[in-house]
Amino acid sequence: MKAIPGISRREALRLLGVVGAGSLLGAALPLKARSLGSARVVVVGGGFGGATAAKYLKRFAPSLDVTLVEPQRRFYTCPFTNLYLGGLRDFESLGHDYRQLTDHYGVTVVHERAEAVDTERKEIRLSGGAALSWDRLVLSPGIDFRWGELEGYDEAAAVKAPHAWKAGPQTMLLRRQLEAMPDGGTFILVAPDNPFRCPPGPYERVSMIAHYLRTEKPRSKILLLDAKDSFSKQGLFMEGWKENYGDLIEWVPRSSDGRVLRVDAGRLEVETEFGEIHRADVLNVVPPQKAGFIAERAGVADETGWVPVNPKTFESTRVPGIYVIGDATQAAPMPKSGFVANTQAKITARAIAADLAGKAPPDPKWANTCYSLIAPGWGITVAGVYDVHDGNLREVPDSGGVSPLGADRSFRAREATYAEAWYAGIAHDTWGTRPGA
Amino acid sequence: MKQILLTAGVLAVAALFAGVLVQSAPEPESGEVVLADRAAVIAQSCAACHGTEGRLVTAIPPIAGRPEAVLHAQLVAFKKDQMPGATVMPRLAKGFTDEELAALARYFSELPPE
Repeated sequence: MKAIPGISRREALRLLGVVGAGSLLGAALPLKARSLGSARVVVVGGGFGGATAAKYLKRFAPSLDVTLVEPQRRFYTCPFTNLYLGGLRDFESLGHDYRQLTDHYGVTVVHERAEAVDTERKEIRLSGGAALSWDRLVLSPGIDFRWGELEGYDEAAAVKAPHAWKAGPQTMLLRRQLEAMPDGGTFILVAPDNPFRCPPGPYERVSMIAHYLRTEKPRSKILLLDAKDSFSKQGLFMEGWKENYGDLIEWVPRSSDGRVLRVDAGRLEVETEFGEIHRADVLNVVPPQKAGFIAERAGVADETGWVPVNPKTFESTRVPGIYVIGDATQAAPMPKSGFVANTQAKITARAIAADLAGKAPPDPKWANTCYSLIAPGWGITVAGVYDVHDGNLREVPDSGGVSPLGADRSFRAREATYAEAWYAGIAHDTWGTRPGA
Repeated sequence: MKQILLTAGVLAVAALFAGVLVQSAPEPESGEVVLADRAAVIAQSCAACHGTEGRLVTAIPPIAGRPEAVLHAQLVAFKKDQMPGATVMPRLAKGFTDEELAALARYFSELPPE
């Protein structure tokens, strides 16, 4: 038998040998006849959504056979990459492994890429060639980029003008470029139109880069070219920018010709709607996005590129038995945040466990808190609580909202402290990471 | 088991038992959960800051195993904007009914602390 790197003999046997029998069993027996105990759930994607779903499926129903498919052995989070870019954290502190999921919860983790989905046979094909069969499939694939939709911005361009919107080599590339930038240089960030991953992300990013530049390269400038006229926590960001950085950050909204239509990564130039050309020393382009590609392969994404779901369970409205969570979904008014992916995962894990046990799904309620750091000791938040009302997702009336404008420094300092604690909390809940470990 | 003990009202014993279980079992919550348990459903959101089962000790305080009356009073105070120094919790607490806040207080009080 050909060995697959990183998969134990037992796992490999299970993957290669038993899968056939499993799919036969799945085909031969109606699901009702199979007990909850023998049901197989495959989860694709080991980020905030997928890792949490795998862990909580085992917590809610320990006898389930749960396999998590994630290419990376160590997962680096997008949240807090801005703190790394600002010099406040080292990159390794953003990495999490799957040992607690495997050793403590009994999740089988397969470090391969999910390449194709056969919804008829209920099988998913992996990059190594093996197939996994499922009774229920959870997709938490995050985002992919619409390469080329922004003229001149494709994968090759991203090597010169990084997006750094997935944590990894791109993030480190952007940091190296900032370190190499001369004092007095211009950093340009191109922000996309809605919807996109992490609505406050571009604004926290320029904040953290402003912190770095003010400290290390104080003659530099930041230009934020935006395809929108408003953004998440806008009043709080602008207040924080003024207080901490004066006029270092210039935000250009769409109505003031902020929308970029063309990128020349070789020249580090961008051209806006009305033909103005801006030249950067470091150019960071956050491109238009869509659901991760496996969502397209599974047929769950619609013409928008995102995935419509049943609001109560997050089961696909297009393919029964496939559940989709996290950034890939159409879940407005919930934002595409790691926190939301984590809470969606737990509600969906519960709905799947209930379904396999022949019970109705629970009435869901989800919360979200997005922390952003404007400067060391200066944190802000937006929070929300969501439920299903008249068949639609909604924010619970008279709840949630943003931190108060004009709050004193101690309030901002507390939210900065809680931001760090939040990261520890969600890393604990998602991967089992212990603070300082 | 948790519920039987609580029905009997033996909170201290519950805490003791849960503590023993933590030593011997990987997680206090073994076996299939009671899927209809409303508090357990809505409590999952709390774990994204307070850690799984609300047990993580950081600048955000752990909530597992704290007295039910204390937790309930705090949640109500958050919702009514009567908690000095509060940041995000008042905005979150307003998203839950009074009954849900009471159920959350009970749920976390019954969990073993770190």
